[in-house]
Amino acid sequence: MPTVLAAEATSSTARTLTIILFLVFVAVTLAITVWASRQTKTATDFYAGGRSFSGFQNGMAIGGDYMSAASFLGIAGIIALNGYDGFLYSIGFLVAWLVALLLVAELLRNSGRYTMADVLAFRMRQKPVRTAAAVSTITVSIFYLLAQMVGAGALVALLLGIKPGTTFMGMDAGAAKIATIVLVGALMIIYVTIGGMKGTTYVQIVKAFLLMTGALVMTILVLSVFKFNLSSLLGDAAQSSGKGEAFLEPGLRYGVEVANNATQTFYNKMDLLSLGIALVLGTAGLPHILIRFYTVPTARAARKSVLWAIGIIGTFYLFTLALGFGAAALVGSEAITAQDKAGNTAAPQLAQELGRRFLGGETGGATLLAIIAAVAFATILAVVAGLTLASSSSLAHDFYANVVKDGKASERQEVNVARISALAIGAIAILLSIFAQNLNVAFLVALAFAVAASGNLPAILYSLFWKRFNTSGATWAIYGGLISAVVLVFFSPVVSGSATAMFSKSDWQWFPLNNPGLISIPFGFFCGWLGTIISKERDDAKYAELEVRSLTGSGAH
Amino acid sequence: MSTEARDTAPTETPEDRYLAVQRSPEFAQLRKALRGFVFPMTVAFFVWYALYVILSAYARDFMSIRIGDSHINVALIFGLLQFVTTFLIAWLYARYASRRVDPLADKIHEELGEVPSADGPRG
Repeated sequence: MPTVLAAEATSSTARTLTIILFLVFVAVTLAITVWASRQTKTATDFYAGGRSFSGFQNGMAIGGDYMSAASFLGIAGIIALNGYDGFLYSIGFLVAWLVALLLVAELLRNSGRYTMADVLAFRMRQKPVRTAAAVSTITVSIFYLLAQMVGAGALVALLLGIKPGTTFMGMDAGAAKIATIVLVGALMIIYVTIGGMKGTTYVQIVKAFLLMTGALVMTILVLSVFKFNLSSLLGDAAQSSGKGEAFLEPGLRYGVEVANNATQTFYNKMDLLSLGIALVLGTAGLPHILIRFYTVPTARAARKSVLWAIGIIGTFYLFTLALGFGAAALVGSEAITAQDKAGNTAAPQLAQELGRRFLGGETGGATLLAIIAAVAFATILAVVAGLTLASSSSLAHDFYANVVKDGKASERQEVNVARISALAIGAIAILLSIFAQNLNVAFLVALAFAVAASGNLPAILYSLFWKRFNTSGATWAIYGGLISAVVLVFFSPVVSGSATAMFSKSDWQWFPLNNPGLISIPFGFFCGWLGTIISKERDDAKYAELEVRSLTGSGAH
Repeated sequence: MSTEARDTAPTETPEDRYLAVQRSPEFAQLRKALRGFVFPMTVAFFVWYALYVILSAYARDFMSIRIGDSHINVALIFGLLQFVTTFLIAWLYARYASRRVDPLADKIHEELGEVPSADGPRG
């Protein structure tokens, strides 16, 4: 059995190397965090990194905050198994940045200070709007956080090669998953409580650099296998997928046409449209992305950071195309699904295959696998830190300082509460993730995007552009969008009544689509409008102040 | 911006200042310059993206047309064009904003100076 022995030697080499590289990343980022903590004195330092980052630095950090494990492992996996349909995610996630660039980033930077709610509550009654915004910020961030941490747990067993029945350092796969979740959670709490926005931003910059480099190297290696001929890469991918040319066309996973079932076909296509709209409108409503605009000194720097982010993120999604099809062609769907049914390990498996071909033998494979696995962990860490920061900032600044303390908390009190909040939210996220390990990761991310697009985006756009908008409209938009998205998902086939549902044995499903966006996003906008016109409140002077400040930068923090 | 508004500055409230600026022709020009670009462009990229998603759902035959005898098809080209247009719109906006919007904003900001918020620091 020499091959089995060789394979085990590989997995132990790869495992050791992964752990070493990961520890190096942790050591470097912790050092940066401690250094950043010495520079963190005021509330502006803690919440907004002292507004001292350049457009390029913030663009990298936005990339580091945005390109999650779902982007790197998830999209590559979907493309590797379902071909073209995974590309839809890349496109939606990228085009979404135009909403942020054209409508939100600069105006938000000019008129807000630390959180999304600063802009929403600018001309409203503070308490109801800030409470609503804090609820929505924490809901979106926790869903997203769970997705990342559950993903990290699932990955570690695979990346460290812990198979059912075997153990690693005395832990079986289940214990290793929990240990990973606790470790990731503890690190993100440390980054945020000690380093604040400054520390978190540097962690994200380092991660973005590592991820871009790793993906670039893999892309070049994949393309060189096919002599830089895209068509022959696609041809090989289609052939080894066993699905032929259909693999390169839309329709294998989304908008599936079911023979002799016109109703289901119709629902599947509506679901595709729903996913498409949620992807493109969700980004500009994600609180952890919005607060990144406060880390630069001016609106113009915010514009520059979005331009850099679009360049970095767009390039990265082009890489995922090569990685996904490369994994399909070089690793093959059988080997991928044998490792992970959802395809989340396609990118690391591709790294192993490329290492074998280019660095030589099993050692080469183990080396590249270890590097990419460590990059994947770094990716998860940087994103969860950003999410923890967004929710603890909102809890401290919106809820504690402005609702509980009526705006009379001192800076020091506020930052202390933010640190404690980060600890509490981190602890809750760790606990929830341990219990939520069987939740579908894609479902959690889709829900986060749907809530962001249905609740937050209408409130932000109305706030910035509609004079008549008022307190009632803002709370209606946020709660209406939030509740409709959550309720529709609860009654969707994702939660019950289908073979792949969370509760596959129960059936209370009546909403036919997996993604609620098609209904809940227009509903959120409608609620914002209705809530506004049924209330008499109207403050033209305050809108004048918001409009002048947001457009000119006068009075910006 | 009317010069009277500036001359009477000591007696007027920040609220009046902001209202006066908002009603000035210079500010109307700034608002028009910004909205005149971002609103039509938002509609344009959204329609273009929606077209791509709708074609992916309902025009499978069209999307699967292959270019020559390669494995590259219309769907892939269409998807890559979304990348091209996103980069292009971002670049056009950056150019437009720095030429047309920023100078107007700077001028008003300069004339207005730093006005304290109507009820103390916000946010």
